[in-house]
Amino acid sequence: MNSAFDLRIGESHIEVHKFRSGAIIVATLLALVIQAWFPVHFAKAAILDLPLLVTIYFGLSRRNPSTGLLLGMAIGLFQDSLSGPTVPLGLYGIAKTIIGYLASSIGARLDTEHPAARFALTAGFFVAHQGLVVLTRRILLSQPEPWFTMHLVVAALVNAVVAVFLFLLLDRLRRRS
Amino acid sequence: MAAIPSRHKSLVLLAGVIVLQVVLLAVQIKRDSQGRLIRVWTVGAVSPFEKAGSSGFGWFRDIWRHYFALQSTTKDNEQLRRENDSLKMQLTQLQGKAAEADRLAALLKFRQSHADVPMIAARVIGASAGAASLTIQLDRGERDGIRRNMGVITPDGIVGKVVESYPNASQVLLLTDKDSGVGAMLSDSRIQSPVGGQGEPLLVMKYVPNDDNVNLGERVITSGMDRIFPRDLPVGSVADIKAGNPFKQIRVKPAANLERLEEVFVLLSLHPLDMKKEGTPADMAPSAAGNANPSPAVRR
Repeated sequence: MNSAFDLRIGESHIEVHKFRSGAIIVATLLALVIQAWFPVHFAKAAILDLPLLVTIYFGLSRRNPSTGLLLGMAIGLFQDSLSGPTVPLGLYGIAKTIIGYLASSIGARLDTEHPAARFALTAGFFVAHQGLVVLTRRILLSQPEPWFTMHLVVAALVNAVVAVFLFLLLDRLRRRS
Repeated sequence: MAAIPSRHKSLVLLAGVIVLQVVLLAVQIKRDSQGRLIRVWTVGAVSPFEKAGSSGFGWFRDIWRHYFALQSTTKDNEQLRRENDSLKMQLTQLQGKAAEADRLAALLKFRQSHADVPMIAARVIGASAGAASLTIQLDRGERDGIRRNMGVITPDGIVGKVVESYPNASQVLLLTDKDSGVGAMLSDSRIQSPVGGQGEPLLVMKYVPNDDNVNLGERVITSGMDRIFPRDLPVGSVADIKAGNPFKQIRVKPAANLERLEEVFVLLSLHPLDMKKEGTPADMAPSAAGNANPSPAVRR
């Protein structure tokens, strides 16, 4: 998944980043483990959605919608699996698949290296992700969920702030061209 | 079959993946299945890392708590110590109030059992300014009807007499003062003899002939002969007996705790009073502690 590839988008000079061997797998696994383990010790850490941030980051960096959506699906299904039997497999899977696709598509068209862009994109993707989860719950699972809460806004901002620093950390996993 | 344009391949893939997951969801709902196998695999794959993370975190947390967070511990310790001091102070105050309540209850009981005797309760607000005399100062004076030579008592025993009365205060010469004296008698033998102070904690019973039989611990009570105190009020108990010439040297431990007086009664009469007898002298058990036993009136 982390093998290099070239994105041919005509005149665009947006760089397609390649990552060190195993970096995506390790980062994904770490995100899942930390997401499952961190809130046990720090309850407020549950506001973070590290798997989503990893999905967004690799989507924006790899800039390949296919790999982005597949990575999103994998991470989402893993997250569903680790979330216990009350979360059906596919809930996060569908949402992260779409976010992975969107992040890759946007990453292929915009320069997303600037922290401000990363902040705004992450906040937007977070809200979209939650919207997709709620949509899935309401339509496919018949579970009434509110569309909007203040917690969503706070969580979006917190995740966006964390993403700015996390993405800088993940940038170090890139293979130098 | 028409080929899918390459730019649409990802869209098709997206649609396919979404449809797959929707089907997966539908299957789970339809069969009430929770995809146990997938979950078992996933949890099995991730849990070792979680365990390792927890162990690492636990190790780091222990290190932090035991070494690096000691500053916080010191701060907590200081705060707890301050709280402890504050609580100790509160406890002392509460104990003091409880003791005061007990004393006041005893005073009230004593007062109620002698309702026909004119007396007024007063609080001790001061003591001797110097060692030359043993006096206390009360918070009541002439305006409350207190006059010189009135007797001062507690439920435990007699205290002394008023030596000076001011509008709002009065001074009492304690029984232990060397210039103090009270008409007394031994409760068993009924031998009468004045008891006076020597400027020290014990009193002296004078003029008891060597031939008379006196027992250690025998109670000494007022005789009423001094026309200040009524009869049968506890004065103290015999603490020491020595043969003298021509009289015994009898030392008496005061019944009232004269060193720790807080509330007293002033007998508001300069005429001889007759206190109700609340019990026979035989009922008055000798007290080594002097003031440990309540007066007969209180006992009732």
